[in-house]
Amino acid sequence: MTTPRIYKTEAIVLRQRKLGEAGKIVTLYTPNYGKLDAVAKGVRRPKSRLGGHLEVLTHTTVMLAQGRNLETVSQAQTVESFGGLRADLHRLSRALYAAELVDRFSPERAESYHVFQLLLATLRRLVSAKNVDTVLRHMEMQLLGLAGFQPQLARCVNCERALAAAASYFSPDAGGVLCPACGPEAGESRTLSLNALKVMRLLQSGSFAEVSRVRMALPLAQEIEMHLRAYLIHVLERDVRSAAFIDRLRREDFWQPAGVSS
Amino acid sequence: MDVTPSAAAPVVRLIEEFHKLPGVGPKSAQRLTYYLLRASQDEARALAQAILEVKEKITFCSICQNVTDRDPCLICANDERDSSLICVVEEPLDILALERTGSYNGLYHVLHGVISPMDGVGPEHLKVEELLERLKGGSFQEVILATNPNLEGEATAMYLDRLLGPLGVRVTRLARGLPSGADLEYADDLTLTRALEGRQEMS
Repeated sequence: MTTPRIYKTEAIVLRQRKLGEAGKIVTLYTPNYGKLDAVAKGVRRPKSRLGGHLEVLTHTTVMLAQGRNLETVSQAQTVESFGGLRADLHRLSRALYAAELVDRFSPERAESYHVFQLLLATLRRLVSAKNVDTVLRHMEMQLLGLAGFQPQLARCVNCERALAAAASYFSPDAGGVLCPACGPEAGESRTLSLNALKVMRLLQSGSFAEVSRVRMALPLAQEIEMHLRAYLIHVLERDVRSAAFIDRLRREDFWQPAGVSS
Repeated sequence: MDVTPSAAAPVVRLIEEFHKLPGVGPKSAQRLTYYLLRASQDEARALAQAILEVKEKITFCSICQNVTDRDPCLICANDERDSSLICVVEEPLDILALERTGSYNGLYHVLHGVISPMDGVGPEHLKVEELLERLKGGSFQEVILATNPNLEGEATAMYLDRLLGPLGVRVTRLARGLPSGADLEYADDLTLTRALEGRQEMS
């Protein structure tokens, strides 16, 4: 598809970095052009007409002009600013994590309407969801599927036999679940409880509405998060940096009474 | 970098050094270099001296973490300033901007950065511990959070607010609204919302 010299598109701002005196390079995720970088001139000046419409985690409509290397943003208008995310550190930390995941999983200019929709839905859910971590687990599993890294949860990745209703093993290396017989043989596998396996299957194939009805005790949620995080790091071959901030907020809440944050 | 390969080696080296500076592209680097070639010996020496002096004499103030050539810095050592007020900023340059207004007479604290989870910058990389120590030991009545009104700045302000809450000190945030000389029609929703929330009685 040839793109006109100046074109209009929806976008979600994934990240920003400073450029020159007062400019920024914004990384946008668009429904039709995938992930792309664009120069936004002068947005660090208070009187910039663009700046506020290009903040990280804003759903916006932009006019882009094609450049030799990077596009230039000529106009921007906020569609949704997700104010609820910005007013709550826990929600914000999860939203940044979601944006980082999409950034890491998306090559430049590889169009994926589904990834755009997933990110948009995730941000909307994070604004109001009771359990923000469930939102992330569902998003992670869906994103893995869209990116072609869906873990095998139906049968043992080694012997390919259907899994019995029992505790098994999860191996990021092998790309899925190992049965009780094959699990101990594999080097990098960790035990996976039956409940965790069930929830992970639901995360993979269920809608968010179904997933959000599941009540999980903390140890179960932690087990699933541990397996998914190990798998994501294996697939991406690097850490997801924003996870450290989420971990830190959790740690500090442990010794600080709830309600301290305003 | 593609500098003219025909230029003499010392010239190329200087161009490359200038090119490393923020905001200096290859053409600017060449211009600066050829300007200095034509400048007098004294001018060049003064520049070199100034650069060395900055590196040798400037340290961080042990109290507010601002850049300074004496410790404590001029602001911290000035007893005419209001020592019950402390203004938390991201970078030393923000102090210059606030001082330029002439409407603030309290003390400062420089964080040297801002929480940016995606870049792996957490509170442990900032001068947060130092701020806590100051607040525990001092007689501050109000902490003004003057981080930038963007996502990272807001996240940092929220994080600090959470942390400072238990200390019982008054924590305030710079107002956010419309810049003077701006057009309403170009304002983004967040800024307009904040401007509405922070509206004030006409006197």
